[in-house]
Amino acid sequence: MTMLRTRVIPALLLRHESLVKTVGFGRSIYVGDPCNTVRIFNELEVDELLFLDITASAEGRGPNLKLLADIANECFMPLGYGGGIRSLDQAKSVFDIGFEKVAINTQAVNNLALIEEIATHYGSQAVVASIDVKRNLFGRSTVRTMSGRRNTNRDPIAWAMEIEKMGAGEILLTSIDREGTWEGFDLEMVKRVTEAVTIPVIAHGGAGCIEHIEQVVKQANASAVALGSMVVFQKKGMGVLVNFPDSKILAGVLG
Amino acid sequence: MIIIVDYGMGNLGSMVNMFKRIGVPARVESDTETIRRAEKLVLPGVGSFDAAMQRINNLPGLRVALDERVLVQKVPVLGVCLGMQLLTNASEEGVLPGLGWIPGGARRFPRLAGLKVPHMGWNIARPAASSRLTAEIGPEPRYYFVHSYYVHVDDPAYALMRSHYGVDFDSAIGRNNIYGVQFHPEKSHHFGMQILKNFAEL
Repeated sequence: MTMLRTRVIPALLLRHESLVKTVGFGRSIYVGDPCNTVRIFNELEVDELLFLDITASAEGRGPNLKLLADIANECFMPLGYGGGIRSLDQAKSVFDIGFEKVAINTQAVNNLALIEEIATHYGSQAVVASIDVKRNLFGRSTVRTMSGRRNTNRDPIAWAMEIEKMGAGEILLTSIDREGTWEGFDLEMVKRVTEAVTIPVIAHGGAGCIEHIEQVVKQANASAVALGSMVVFQKKGMGVLVNFPDSKILAGVLG
Repeated sequence: MIIIVDYGMGNLGSMVNMFKRIGVPARVESDTETIRRAEKLVLPGVGSFDAAMQRINNLPGLRVALDERVLVQKVPVLGVCLGMQLLTNASEEGVLPGLGWIPGGARRFPRLAGLKVPHMGWNIARPAASSRLTAEIGPEPRYYFVHSYYVHVDDPAYALMRSHYGVDFDSAIGRNNIYGVQFHPEKSHHFGMQILKNFAEL
């Protein structure tokens, strides 16, 4: 496999014991058993895997450590986890299992100091600030938490800058409107965020083809891209097929 | 049995997992008596240089056990990430002396425009000297790195692999029974697995 300058990261959604894929943070489709799926990504030797537990915060619970341990047993690549982390102790338990990074979203809004606390103990590289953004009818973007349910009315750019100051090592920037649509990234929003911060931004939400990946990297300066639908479905509207873009093709467009 | 030294720095689960996958008995241990009997040692490490050296020096009997097992009885040891930096004499990150097993030191990556520190992500490591540690790793081996300081050994003969990130640096080092890798083999797919397999077969 050719070395990729730009990381291309499957972003996998956990709903209890299952792997699912949503559209616009709504309707979810069952993809498969998390452990079986990660075994395939391990075989494909992907750069990194990111797991997001999409019901943890809403259910007021922490990470499913048993499941995460089973996942870590199968994976020999860097791993990130987000969902329901509310304390340094919970982050520690995820690191102890063998994950390198934790993503903090809802709790960053509730308690911004948590990002600083984890970054101080484990280094900035271990903390991903996850920002979910949705546009209103007039096109104004605001930051959402609780898997998109709660509107914080915060401006994503100001929020990204604040989070960077607290020591986050990178930003996972998700467009709720584009998520699961295969229609391409929200280039305008990604660009505004990458212009405002110096830490790497992982663009997430909307990828449907290689050209979309190329656009968000070249036009919006994303440091990395997270792929959802593209890596778990055959094509838009078609069945489950765990896959990963050919590394040579990726290297060709991103090189 | 390979003993992965637990001195409170870094997550060790992934290392155990990878040894398990290649069928090599390995265990995490902090007990100095076990360390004294280890056939091979892995010295992991995540965190800062001084914090790690402080723990190694202050945990009762640990420093003596390590020095004796590695320098006198000469069992193979593999330092990983910060664990590799500790094998050298010193680091710009701290003031405490390192273990001093391989002459050299760790320096901070230069502040260059566009060079993000830490160096985090996949990078190529090319063999610089022939060594059993790097046998059969294949062409263009890539590894996962996370570090803000890089090692430069005093004698180029101790550099087993070299990588480039703003500067050229030593990504794997070795001297007699003492080895170190800056990257995380346990997170580097088959490229890392081969390194751990080679270490296990030394």
